Amino acid sequence: MPDEGNTLGDRAQQSSEETLIRRIRDGEHDLFYELIRPYERRVYATAFAILRNEADAEDAAQEAVLKAFKHIRQFRAEAKFSTWLTQITLNEARMRKRKEHVHMMEPIVDHQDDEGNYVPRDFADWREIPSETLERKEVREKLAEALASLGDKYREVFVLRDMHHLSIEETAKTLGVTTASVKTRLLRARLMLRELLAGFDANLSSKLSFAKGIKPW
Amino acid sequence: MVISCQEVWREISNYLDAEVDPNLRAVLDEHFRGCKHCTAVLDGTRNVIQLYGDERMIEVPLGFSHRLHRRLEGNMHGSRRSFLGWMVAAAAAVVTIGAVKLASSVSSRAPEQRSEHAQPGVGVPPDLKVVVYERGKSFHAPTCTFIHDRTDLRTITAREAQQQGYVPCARCMKQYLKS
Repeated sequence: MPDEGNTLGDRAQQSSEETLIRRIRDGEHDLFYELIRPYERRVYATAFAILRNEADAEDAAQEAVLKAFKHIRQFRAEAKFSTWLTQITLNEARMRKRKEHVHMMEPIVDHQDDEGNYVPRDFADWREIPSETLERKEVREKLAEALASLGDKYREVFVLRDMHHLSIEETAKTLGVTTASVKTRLLRARLMLRELLAGFDANLSSKLSFAKGIKPW
Repeated sequence: MVISCQEVWREISNYLDAEVDPNLRAVLDEHFRGCKHCTAVLDGTRNVIQLYGDERMIEVPLGFSHRLHRRLEGNMHGSRRSFLGWMVAAAAAVVTIGAVKLASSVSSRAPEQRSEHAQPGVGVPPDLKVVVYERGKSFHAPTCTFIHDRTDLRTITAREAQQQGYVPCARCMKQYLKS
């Protein structure tokens, strides 16, 4: 199962990270660049998923990395560095979002109960969006637009699991929720995105249309 | 065993993540074979996962990494300085001034300066990390606005920069210029 996530490669990476962290703590500060390099994209994308604005996301990402550097002594070896760094990034981005009162556009799905069953409303045949079309900016923008319309708790789970490829366990740890919650939110996020994109035809560059003009929830 | 469409939707995500046991998987497979609606939902959901999982979906702004490293570098120097304290920095400066005076004959033999108008620096801590670029004339603090988003930056010590003929930037290193 993909969620075991504790492969030999993972363990080797973790052990080399532990060595780097020890040396950074001992004063070799320049090694911090090496430590964070594999996670730069993730840090930015996590911040962007919450703030939905390039400049804010970049600033939050920088701040999160600086905090990780300043607090590297507080990092506990039993955790994964990537999880810890993503948590710092999420906190930083959430804090900024709260400060900037960006919840004017808060989608109503945030208030829905996780436990309620999600019922798809549109069974139209999926017009497949081929991966090659991702080369086109307008396709990426439409996908980003659909993602942005999800409630925070669904978007956060989806971004960590399906975009950063974290395991369900890691996603749960990072967000501080149960694996059952991750699975429920992930299911909803995926189904909602499917419905949002079902009407989008990448070949015609049509506008992202919600099924018959009505949001499916 | 028969399963309803509602039950299938509840498991569709776990099915795609291979998080269902073999018995349930067989039941779901059987359902998909006979149900167009659920197959449409399954295919669409799979496509969502494939599309968003593609690396191209994450667009990092141009120069992001460079700006991040620059900010980090400025911060590292800050933290070192606060850790060691200003006393140590001041002591280093005094030692360096002494060393510069002693080595004045050496510095006159140092490589030609890159700018004939600029003054050589005075009292620059030799181990201070500075940033230079190949065609430039000055060395800078990593956070200096003069270097903008150049991609050919090198980080070296102030000693190396001076040996290579770089002079202090008039903006970020002005404390090391005589006037």
